[in-house]
Amino acid sequence: MKAVLEAVQLRKSFGVTEALRGADLSVHAGEVMAVMGPSGSGKSTLLHCMAAILRPDAGSVVFDGRRIDALGDRQRTQLRRGAFGFVFQFGQLVPELTAIENVATPLLLAGQRRRTAIAAAQGWFDRLGLAGLQGRLPGELSGGQAQRVAVARALIGRPRVVFADEPTGALDTAAGDDVMELLVDAVRQQDAAVIVVTHEPRVAAFADRTVLVQDGAVDDGAIEVGAGAAG
Amino acid sequence: MTVSYALLTLLEESERHGYDLKRAYDQRFETGRALSFGAVYRALGQLVRGGQVSVVGIEPGAGPERKRYAITESGVTDLQRWLAEPENPHPHLQELLFMKVMLALVSGRPAKAYLRAQQQHHLARMRELTGARREATATAALRLDYELFHIEADLRWLQHAQARLADLAAEAR
Repeated sequence: MKAVLEAVQLRKSFGVTEALRGADLSVHAGEVMAVMGPSGSGKSTLLHCMAAILRPDAGSVVFDGRRIDALGDRQRTQLRRGAFGFVFQFGQLVPELTAIENVATPLLLAGQRRRTAIAAAQGWFDRLGLAGLQGRLPGELSGGQAQRVAVARALIGRPRVVFADEPTGALDTAAGDDVMELLVDAVRQQDAAVIVVTHEPRVAAFADRTVLVQDGAVDDGAIEVGAGAAG
Repeated sequence: MTVSYALLTLLEESERHGYDLKRAYDQRFETGRALSFGAVYRALGQLVRGGQVSVVGIEPGAGPERKRYAITESGVTDLQRWLAEPENPHPHLQELLFMKVMLALVSGRPAKAYLRAQQQHHLARMRELTGARREATATAALRLDYELFHIEADLRWLQHAQARLADLAAEAR
């Protein structure tokens, strides 16, 4: 199967700190991938490089057969708006906009008419169990409801890849399960790929595959039996 | 079971008498209760019968004869296989996982790689349970949750152990 997004030998430093030291990762359409690792392992930096938020110092990121790591700011912004969707831990909804306006935002930014965008957003409220909450401001939603609104906003533009960074980090287990179920079901229906960065095994268990990041590199879980060196 | 593999690890370092094995075991693994001589000789007897250990010398002493034991090639292979093979998650893995880490460190084998393989094995089981849970009734889901939370606790320990390997290795060797 061909990868929709592939990172090869990514390197990225912040000052003297090497966050990525030759990280490889690829994800296929329809695949849900979890990226786990201890704090400071480089997992968020890897996500940001693959999502064209950060530019790697070396290595390549290929999306749909095209290198995107060296694109200019404007092209990267376009890519993020059009082809990628994002769900973060919190603080991502615009507080002054209602829930339905938040969901419609990506379509409005893409130039769709307000009426069309709001109508499309409307469909997501029933689908994600949010019926009746369209007019609420983010401050009037529970944490779980706000995350479901964020999932709808990430998916409304039919992105090819969704990036989720600790998407349930601020939620209790039950609300976190609900958000993950909705996210995974919705992206599968759209045949999108998802990369979920998490430190929670329970969240990773919703993925098809989990990779572990340590010291800025990706460990695919292969084990060399009988190797003699300790550690 | 872990006692047998601990004895194999110690015998891999050097040939030993039963008494030395008991003393080394108590010192190195700090299990909180001393290993009985009965348990040592029972395990040694089984290992000799299984061909993983052989008697390489018998020395007369003041009391009974003292046998010297050595690990065989098949003992090394068994030890290696046991260390490398991840365990299926269940609620009472604590002692088994702890001893695997310690024995890997003591014998200079790749403890981190073993921990990572175990981590992936646990994660795979969590994926299975999570899949089953999504199709389950609320009652069945609650039962599955119990197992999921236990595996999650193991995973936290597996992650933590990796972060502590350098300190542990310094103590274990």
